[in-house]
Amino acid sequence: MSNEPLWTVFINACLINNFVLAYFLGLCPFLGVSGKLATAGRMGLAVMFVMLVSSLCALGLNAALIAIGAEYLRLIAFIAVIASTVQLVEMFIKKVSPALFAALGIFLPLITTNCAILGLALFQTNKGYGLAQCTVYALGAGAGFTLALVLMAGLRERLELSDVSDVVKGAALTLFLAGLLSVSFMGFAGLGG
Amino acid sequence: MTELPVTDSSRPAPVAPRPSIWAMYRAMVGIGLGCGLAIVTVFELTKPIIARNRAEALRAAIFRVLEGGQTSQAFVQQPDGSFAVADQAAAGDVVHAAYDGDGRLLGIAIEAAGMGYQDVIRVLYGYSPERDAIVGFSVLESKETPGLGDKIETDPGFLANFEALDTTLNPDGDTLRNAIVFRKQGEKQNPWEVDGITGATISSHAIADLLNASAAHWVPRIEAHLSDFEQRN
Amino acid sequence: MPTARDRSPTDEFVKGLWKENPVFVQVLGMCPALAVSNTALNALSMGLATLFVLLMSNIVVSSLRRFIPRQVRIASYILIIATFVTIVDYLIQAISLDLHKALGAFISLIVVNCLILGRAEAFASKNTIGRSILDALGMGMGFVFALFCLGAVREVFGAGSFFGLRLFPDGFQAWVIMILPSGGFFTLAAWLLLFSWLKNRKAARAAAAAQPAGGLR
Repeated sequence: MSNEPLWTVFINACLINNFVLAYFLGLCPFLGVSGKLATAGRMGLAVMFVMLVSSLCALGLNAALIAIGAEYLRLIAFIAVIASTVQLVEMFIKKVSPALFAALGIFLPLITTNCAILGLALFQTNKGYGLAQCTVYALGAGAGFTLALVLMAGLRERLELSDVSDVVKGAALTLFLAGLLSVSFMGFAGLGG
Repeated sequence: MTELPVTDSSRPAPVAPRPSIWAMYRAMVGIGLGCGLAIVTVFELTKPIIARNRAEALRAAIFRVLEGGQTSQAFVQQPDGSFAVADQAAAGDVVHAAYDGDGRLLGIAIEAAGMGYQDVIRVLYGYSPERDAIVGFSVLESKETPGLGDKIETDPGFLANFEALDTTLNPDGDTLRNAIVFRKQGEKQNPWEVDGITGATISSHAIADLLNASAAHWVPRIEAHLSDFEQRN
Repeated sequence: MPTARDRSPTDEFVKGLWKENPVFVQVLGMCPALAVSNTALNALSMGLATLFVLLMSNIVVSSLRRFIPRQVRIASYILIIATFVTIVDYLIQAISLDLHKALGAFISLIVVNCLILGRAEAFASKNTIGRSILDALGMGMGFVFALFCLGAVREVFGAGSFFGLRLFPDGFQAWVIMILPSGGFFTLAAWLLLFSWLKNRKAARAAAAAQPAGGLR
């Protein structure tokens, strides 16, 4: 069990070890959806929401697997549960709040196989977080993902207007930007001390 | 990750004209059984090897922090405060006693963790009841900045702190007489102070803090039940 | 995606190495791999683990391709891939705990590597076992090669060593940033740049065959 205080868990997941900029998780939506600011924000919120739900599911599932002594099925169980959770969440939102569904809807299926979601579930298991820590960890990771996505979208919207050589355009340019963002996020290291 | 519609296709659709539900059912159950069997086989085959690797790594770490150790034994603290012999992989707070060739208690290796510069740092340190001091230290896991923060694992001046870091208890025996405190490089004056590393201040400070917290917790408990560890052979 | 039946077995193998290199050309499957490309050894191990999973899942998917109905194919593929990833995880733990510690949860994350699911869906489900093996070997080696290029560059500049061997005299000040996450982004971006430059140059040469080459665009 871990006895990390909640605020360091949050700062750690959100800023110091940002999932995108320090662990390279969720790069695909990061490179794909970060073109426009408005979309990026919504996508981030959807990810945060799914992270929270699947993190709690993974916590319960892990406890159940340990109880029956079947830890070796963890990965398969996580993948299956995350995929079906997203599906359930999607149906639930559709029923309860059509407005929210309209806002998040298209992004939800996109998230199903996002590495960041599975990464979150695996990391929290490795760190031995409890219920409160998992909740905060998921919120922090989601907030960090949103932050990275929104910052990136802002940068890319500006770059649309500038004249960039054909060779650099595309993935290479985005990765350079991500590298610069990652450098600036290094400044947050040490906050959790 | 490219999107692939995972779950919709995993359930039999209400109207599935081409392959029958039976075919889908057969495929999923068949693959599930095959996969489960494969995993269990590999798990059972590798289990003894992994357990041996783990035990060896732990032994090596214990004898690194308690030099001269020949054998070790895990102990877990009971609700009444006494220590009982435990399995190495026992749940709860486990400490490891190390003995020399004659079965004499050399010291107790304790695991501690705390927040570093980048992420949680996990260390193992050796406590010697005879010398009332921490006599060895080893980093088990850290993600500190390479070239800067990771000096906590290699810097000879810093590691010299843990050749004899004073952890004498106060007269009541319920906490440390002097808390382990951090000092900037070159400003260490007392045996309970940790001399930091320039350029890795936060990481070395974190080590001092986590050792202090862990020692303040464990040393009084160990001293109160020291005889539990000495009965050997 | 390439399903051309007329391709020779050699071409099937070679395409993944260079022309359709999964990382440098298709920009696929970096998410779980970049984080552990900070040394040549880590990168190579991660690459080989991915190669193993890719190869095994391609074989199984291809041999079961008539047995799996279309509707449940993705779920089946994920199940198969997750199985082999779990197996690799235990094998690495048995081989070296230190390596397992260095790679950490990123081994399990191979399961969401788009490359593997992509090959299962786009190639192995439609081709014979033999071709699927060649495809997996080619793509997998291409992935290993790419990851190794990243890891080697990052280790040489970031730590001044190669597979742990010191390369430079003592005066060398390592570029720590190359080992940090940002270095991963920069190194990958630089490799992508090189590849797109090569591609553009080739296209320009082909287009302006009459004129002497030299244009970059």
